[in-house]
Order: sequence, then C-alpha cells, then structure tokens
Amino acid sequence: MTYTPTTDSDRFTELGEPAQLLTPAGERRHDPRLDEWVADVDLATLRGLYRDMALARRVDAEGVALQRQGQLGLWAPAQGQEAVQIATARACRTDDFLFPSYRELGVLLVRGAAPADLVLSWRGEVLSTYDPAELHVASPQIIIGAQSLHAVGYAMGIQRDGGDQVAVAYFGDGATSQGDVNEAMVFASSFSSPVVFVCSNNQWAISEPVTVQAKYPIAGRAPGFGIPSLRVDGNDVLACTAAMRWALDHARSGEGPVFLEAVTYRMGPHTTSDDPTRYRAADELERWRARDPLTRLEALLRAEDAFDDAFLAEVEQDALAFTSRMRAAAIHAVAGEPLSVLDGVYAEPHTGLDEQRGRFAAYLDGFGDDEEDGR
Amino acid sequence: MTQLTMGKALGAGLQRAMADDDRVLVMGEDIGKLGGVFRITDGLLDEFGGARVIDTPLAESGIVGTAVGLAFRGFRPVVEIQFDGFVYPAFDQIVCQVAKLHYRTAGKVRMPITIRIPWAGGVGAAEHHSESPEAYFVHTAGLRVVAVSNPQDAYTMLRQAIASDDPVVFFEPKRLYHTKGEVDLDAHISDAPPMGLARVVREGSDVTLLTYGAQVTTALDAATAAEDEGISIEVVDLRSLSPVDYRTVTASVRKTGRVVVTHEAAREAGVGAELIASVTEKCFHYLESAPVRVTGHDIPYPPAKLEKHHLPDLDRILDAVDRVLDRPNSLSEVAP
Repeated sequence: MTYTPTTDSDRFTELGEPAQLLTPAGERRHDPRLDEWVADVDLATLRGLYRDMALARRVDAEGVALQRQGQLGLWAPAQGQEAVQIATARACRTDDFLFPSYRELGVLLVRGAAPADLVLSWRGEVLSTYDPAELHVASPQIIIGAQSLHAVGYAMGIQRDGGDQVAVAYFGDGATSQGDVNEAMVFASSFSSPVVFVCSNNQWAISEPVTVQAKYPIAGRAPGFGIPSLRVDGNDVLACTAAMRWALDHARSGEGPVFLEAVTYRMGPHTTSDDPTRYRAADELERWRARDPLTRLEALLRAEDAFDDAFLAEVEQDALAFTSRMRAAAIHAVAGEPLSVLDGVYAEPHTGLDEQRGRFAAYLDGFGDDEEDGR
Repeated sequence: MTQLTMGKALGAGLQRAMADDDRVLVMGEDIGKLGGVFRITDGLLDEFGGARVIDTPLAESGIVGTAVGLAFRGFRPVVEIQFDGFVYPAFDQIVCQVAKLHYRTAGKVRMPITIRIPWAGGVGAAEHHSESPEAYFVHTAGLRVVAVSNPQDAYTMLRQAIASDDPVVFFEPKRLYHTKGEVDLDAHISDAPPMGLARVVREGSDVTLLTYGAQVTTALDAATAAEDEGISIEVVDLRSLSPVDYRTVTASVRKTGRVVVTHEAAREAGVGAELIASVTEKCFHYLESAPVRVTGHDIPYPPAKLEKHHLPDLDRILDAVDRVLDRPNSLSEVAP
C-alpha cells in the first residue's frame, strides 16, 4: 500500500513550482492569483525594494567582515535571502508585530533598527538591542522555532483587544521539524488567530538538507492544520510581496492564519563558524547564484530604464553610510561594568540575587584602588 | 473569615485576580467547562467568558509559548499545567523564554506569567501524576518559585504571584486540595506577608525543621509527636523556594543549632541540598550537629501502592531529628 499525499486546491495551496512573478532573468511573469496583489507596485516601489535588499546585502557583508576581523564573535549570514525578508517586512503595517529568527536582518532593517542594533549582540556586548515595543519586532530568537508560539500568543492577544494587527512568525526549514512550530499551527488554527507564518526554506539547516526535515513540500503541511498556504519563490521580491499581502489581508480580515513557504537559498555558511564546503557541492551554489534576488530585480529595472549607474552609486553610498556606523558601533562599543551581569534578571527585588550582588560588589571593590593606581 | 478548602481558595484567588485586572487570563487544558481536572477554575468561564478562560490544545509548550506572546501584548496569563509530570514539554519555553526574556531585553520586556502546577504525591495517582520537579525551576534564574501549604496562603500568594511582574512557578500540593482552613477573602494582598517570606509555623528550641508544601503538615505532626518525648521542634514553612527567605531560616537555626530539611522531591541536587549548603555557610559556628535531609529516594516516582515507602513520613522525620540530637537512631552503631 502506498500513501498518496493529497491537497485541496481550494485552500490556495500550490505544491508545484514555487509561485513566481519575476524570472531569474528579470522577466515579469503573470500569476492569476498573485498579480492583483502587486497591481499598484510601480517602479519607484521596486527601486525602494532594491535599495532595501542592497542595504541588507551590504550589512551582511559588513557583518561577515567584522567577524573575520575579530570585532564580532559570530555572524549568521543572510546573503541570498534578501527578497523574502525585505518583501514580507515591507508588506506589513508598522503596528504588525514581527517575531524573527537570528537570520532575519532584513526584517530589522525595514523596521528601522539602528546600525548598532545589528552588531552589539553578535559582538557579545548585550543579549539584544532595540526595544521590541518600539520597533514592533521581538528580539531575534535563537532557539529554533520557539518564536512561532510567541507570535501566535501575540495574535491571540490582538483578538482579545479587538485589534486589526497581524503577528508574523519567521523561521527556517529546520524549524518546521520542531514541536513548537507544529504546536503553533495547531493553536493558530484552532483559535483562528491573525498570524502569518513565514518559513524561509533556505535548503539547509546547518549541514542538513531540507530533505532531512521534509519529504514533502513544507507548504503542504499547513492545510493539514487547516491553514491555507502558498509556496513562493523566495528570491522573487515581487512574488514575496504579493504572497505576503495576500497572507496579511487574509489574517487581518479575521479569516485566521496563513503559512508561506519561501523557497530560497542560504548562499553563505550557517554562521561564520560553519564550513559548508564539507557538506554541499560548489555547483549547487552556482545554480542558486543564477537565481539571485538582486540581479533579477536589477534586470527588470534596467529593462524599464529605471536603473542606472547614478542610482546604483546612490544606493551604495547610503549602504556604506549605514555600515560605517555599524563598524563604528562595534569598534567603539564599551563593555558593561562587571556588576552589570547581575542586572535585569528580575523586575522586582530578589533577596537571593541581591545577596549575591552584595558579595560580588564587595569582591570587586577589593580591586578598586589598584586599578585607579594603574597597578 | 471563611472556611474554604485549598482548592476553593485557589479558585477564589483566581476569580479575585481576574475581577481586579482585566488583563489577567487563565489558560490550560480542560479549565473551561470542566473547571479543570481539580475544579480549581470552576465557574470562571461563566463569569469571565471564553476570551479570558481559554481551553487550550493539549500541548504544554504551546500553552506556555502562547502565554509568552500574550505577555508581549500586555496580558498577565495564568497557565495551568494539568499535572506536575506534564510540565516537561514546556521546559524549553519556561527556561529559555519565560525565565530569560526580561534579562535578554535588559528589562524592556516583562513576563508576568504565573505557571500553576498541581504538584507532588500522596494521592495514589498514576505514573507522571505525583512528581516534585521544583528543583529544576529553583535552579533557573529569572523564575520565582513558591509552594503553598494552606488555604490562606493559597488564596493570597496566588494573587501576589499574578500581580508580580516576574514569572512565578506556583506549586499546589494536590494532597491538600481538600484540606479546609480559614481564609480572609477581603484582605489586601499588600497587607499580607510578601510572597518571598518564610513563616515559622510552630516555634521550638531544639531543632529547626525546614520544609514546604504538603510536608508542612507532616512536619507539624512530627513536632507534636516529638513534644511527647520532650523535644521542641521549630517548623519553618519556606513558602518561597526562589528566593529562599534566609533571614527567617538563619534566625531559627541560630536559635536551635540543629537542622533537618524534609521534602518529597528526590535528594540529589535538590532544594534540601541547597538549603543545607547555604545554612552551613551562613550559620556554621552555630551548628551543634551535621544537618540532615529527609527526602524522597533518588528514584523515579514509584507505583501508587508503594509511594508510602518513598514519601518522607513522620517517623522518618523523627529519626532524622534523633540524629541531629545525637539520640539513638537508625544509623546509630547500637540500634535504638
């Protein structure tokens, strides 16, 4: 007996080739479901998306460089995943609350994270930087998939407040094996919560290919939870914009959660500590390089006479200004005082920790005079 | 004052907290129409509705993880874990998220979540329904951990836990759910002793007996029995396990010079180990004898018919009291 997976096309699930509006060569393709969602996207908007993606790529390169130069302890490269990150974040309203993983630097940039916000935690100065309530973005999550439940809980809160915001959970293909992501889909579906799951399927969970996580397209799982899903070309910023707009509209209008699988590729290593040459072939990288999200949008814009050297120079200038400030923030970071490691564990006094603080302070005081004398 | 069982007192505490603050939600398995398997949330669905009394899917990580998201949105979720042994699927969310988010964000994000856990043994239950996992949470920075022993504390401390801006793991001894006591339902929680304070529940002069939860009752019984032999035991109900109120504990130990700790949980690296280490550090020169632990064995929780051999009972406590007093006991070279 063989098991044949079935899908319900009424649920807007497409498990063939990922939906695409922009070919790798930069040609505009038409998709009857997606076209309406980007009908208003003009060249100025596309140039804005290019600008954002170029900034994300430059920030990423700067992060890798800073790590190689010993200024950061670690960096999780996002090269190749700019389209899904920028498009989905740009499609959101500023009061939608986003729950990213550690690799979603494009999401942080769209939300106005400061240059220092991109580097101080990777440098190990702090565990997180910006105020989540200010950017409406939770601190990037390191535990795989844990934030998917936070997004659903936040969405349950939106329902209780009668709000019209949407919560967005970002995670990768590896996370779809986690219990938390599956539990998140159960809760979101049962409570019809306004949440969009954005799975960036970048083909690799460190060294494990996506086939270790899923024998069937990831987007195909969601309908089993009662969640409509869409498989979209994650390197196509236009298709990602359309898909996210559809998903947000669905969730915002009270129809419940949506699952997007953005098929993309992690061009770099998992982190700067990783060596992908041990587990993946060079020709795979070259195949994906031909599907680069920036070059295809550049090709489209050039064909429309909306991309020239002056535009490129301006984009690069702006990116350079940002990364210069990133670099300065890293290099000039001031390490916290020793006693500050005890700060912020509790919101209210805790006698046990307060006693430890007292002892550690007394211990540190014993060195005080020596340091002042420079001995 | 009203006569209430501990179960009813907990329910009254939840009701009061929800009435006082409309950001308080309760969520868990079977807590709505059924009122919880122990009926602690009985009546809350009718009074507050399904938006605030949430029957969740059967997924503990999901329950705690969505509570985190609700806290991000400014709610104060009170989570019911149906049984002590069911909390482990939620361990990652509790340890990595609930406990750490305040520290991770340097205080920008608060996690005022109360995690209620029907707790510990002595009720003849099936496997996974009688566990004492408190040490895991005491060991986790960022959490407060309390254990109640009587209806008044159950009512007051639950309201204090919910009002706290920190996450609180709240242990409710199942064995005492039907125990009655006087409860002042009108008392202001700010007038009650703070949640973090221990209480001397019986004064004595010869031995300090430190305990918490349902063992407080056993400890008091032991103190009464010891009195017949002319031994005066001071019983301290710790109430809070993180933080421990060492001011009260050390004051007692300095008075008596002898310490016994008893809890149902296994001994190795348990709460008793930490208590004795800290008491020894703080009161070494006051101690007349080596402190002794009377705990559950270092075993998985045994079958119900055998749990009486696992739970530290009155006689095992008295045997330990004899040891710290250097009276004949089970470890004496000459049998008593």
